Amino acid sequence: MAYELIDHTADIGIRVTETSIKNLFETAAHAMFEQITEPAKLNGTHTKKIHVKGIDPPDLLINWLRELLWCWTIDNCLVRKVAINVINNNHLSAKISYDKFDPKTHEILKDIKAVTYHDASVVQTDAGWEATIIFDV
Amino acid sequence: MELIQIDNFRWEIQKQGPMRVPARIYSSGAMIEAIKKEETFKQLVNVAQLPGIITAALAMPDIHWGYGFPIGGVAAFDCDEGVISPGGVGYDINCGVRLAVTNLTEKEVRPHLENLINALFSAIPAGVGSMSDIKLSYPDLKKVLKTGSDWAVKNGYGEDTDILHTEDHGCMEDADPSAISQRALDRGKKQLGTLGSGNHFLEIGVVDKIYDETAAQIFGLFENHITVMLHTGSRGMGHQVCDDFLASMTKKLHKGGIPVPDRQLACAKIKSPAGEQYYRAMSCAANFAWANRQVLMHHAKNVLMRIFNISPRDLAMRLVYDVCHNIAKFESHVVEGKKQRVCVHRKGATRAFAPGHPALSPDYRDTGQPILIPGDMGTASYVLSGTQKSMDETFGSTCHGAGRVLSRTAAKKAAKGRSLKRELEDKGIFVRWAGRSTMAEEMPDAYKDISQVVNVVHGSGISKKVAKLRPIAVVKG
Repeated sequence: MAYELIDHTADIGIRVTETSIKNLFETAAHAMFEQITEPAKLNGTHTKKIHVKGIDPPDLLINWLRELLWCWTIDNCLVRKVAINVINNNHLSAKISYDKFDPKTHEILKDIKAVTYHDASVVQTDAGWEATIIFDV
Repeated sequence: MELIQIDNFRWEIQKQGPMRVPARIYSSGAMIEAIKKEETFKQLVNVAQLPGIITAALAMPDIHWGYGFPIGGVAAFDCDEGVISPGGVGYDINCGVRLAVTNLTEKEVRPHLENLINALFSAIPAGVGSMSDIKLSYPDLKKVLKTGSDWAVKNGYGEDTDILHTEDHGCMEDADPSAISQRALDRGKKQLGTLGSGNHFLEIGVVDKIYDETAAQIFGLFENHITVMLHTGSRGMGHQVCDDFLASMTKKLHKGGIPVPDRQLACAKIKSPAGEQYYRAMSCAANFAWANRQVLMHHAKNVLMRIFNISPRDLAMRLVYDVCHNIAKFESHVVEGKKQRVCVHRKGATRAFAPGHPALSPDYRDTGQPILIPGDMGTASYVLSGTQKSMDETFGSTCHGAGRVLSRTAAKKAAKGRSLKRELEDKGIFVRWAGRSTMAEEMPDAYKDISQVVNVVHGSGISKKVAKLRPIAVVKG
């Protein structure tokens, strides 16, 4: 898993590089939750399935991260692990494991408020796949 | 792209390529150099390409790199040909500032300042996931979305007079709760009366300097008096509204939608079902934000009365004004000599209506609209007034704050090894904060010098300096 944080004056971003599009989307999800909390401290007690659509890979990636962010902002789910079962240019289905937020045990590091389209990209490179996403914080 | 200096305070990128209008930037010789390093101009040029844009894509001196529109951007669109853009308003719909003034003086408050800031920090829900003590049912939430500040005042959070001193009287009339998603309702339901995180704050300040005696007197600002300033918005509700409409408008892009240079600028014709629905939904989030600021200011007032053991009459806390700085609004402006109804997008920009404008409360008809410009937590904030020049040049708009100059990572690096809390306390400013990295990311060095920003809008004539406020205690999210 490889990602780096990108400097953006007002917000933060991630640049993810992976060998496959499946790994790319999984790592992007992991990178987002590493900004929110420390996933290593989660147990992944609960699981659920997620299905997401998009008009192309960048839109699909944004909708995937949006869906996971929604799990956190409304259902208080802190995601430990994601496993994508099926992915193509316009659709993915995945199984996620998560813990319900407990202020006594979980520390929230950063408030990611939205996943933006700004400078968002998913591209195939010689080495595999690369994605860039900027978050509103 | 060549940047041409027009005068001491204005620069322009002339109309070229796909641009429909020029891009115009208010700045100073010192600040313009720093902006050149960012992608900000590219973002402004992107805005200048949107259909129906009128006159110019404008940038205020606090401009910095955003997403889609730059922060500090102003753009007006023709109501027939133009577009409305969720990304042109931003995620935090009606993020804004309100300022109240009290009869307390710094001399009276200073000995109790630490008690006061601790009491405020425990009374104001701040930071990620902080919970409100207001439990709203869905029908009640919809009333908040429909009526804004009025809901708050009717439910005991503030005075009737607050409404007169709030932009649009704290309510956008086209708000329609049926225009927003269940997700937006769910995000808003738990968050009315919460400050949030990031750059949101509650600040106790002192009126430090008066520049315009007459206007200051009318605004109720007197030297050494204590002020309460609040900066927050529509919380998760506004974010969800923006996100929902960005997603639906992006989906239409490849089905004959309006082509845009950046998907974050996805938009719809103002006169289209999607455009109209967004406006009604955005108005709901705007009303939520006004109710939110109304509730929080009421909490702050109760804390002040308790700590100083004084009655509402002795505290005499009065709302100076409440402004929003992330919004799209239909307003009348004179374009090429003719009065025209346009849709003004202000993203990180403040309305700055001139004296005599009919939208202003009678109290402020002679002074022009009060404009509230917060600086960083260690420096100063300003109160300005609107001018005719802002009506003539910037669709009645001005700057909104200091504007970031360091990224969050760079700020954290600069803060390493320093006790920012101690540094601020040495300057007489007490700070309490919720998030682990808030203090470093929001440190004074992360922002432009607010005085430089304000000097540009004052010098160019699009606003006028009325008073300077000095922070003495700050609660951050």
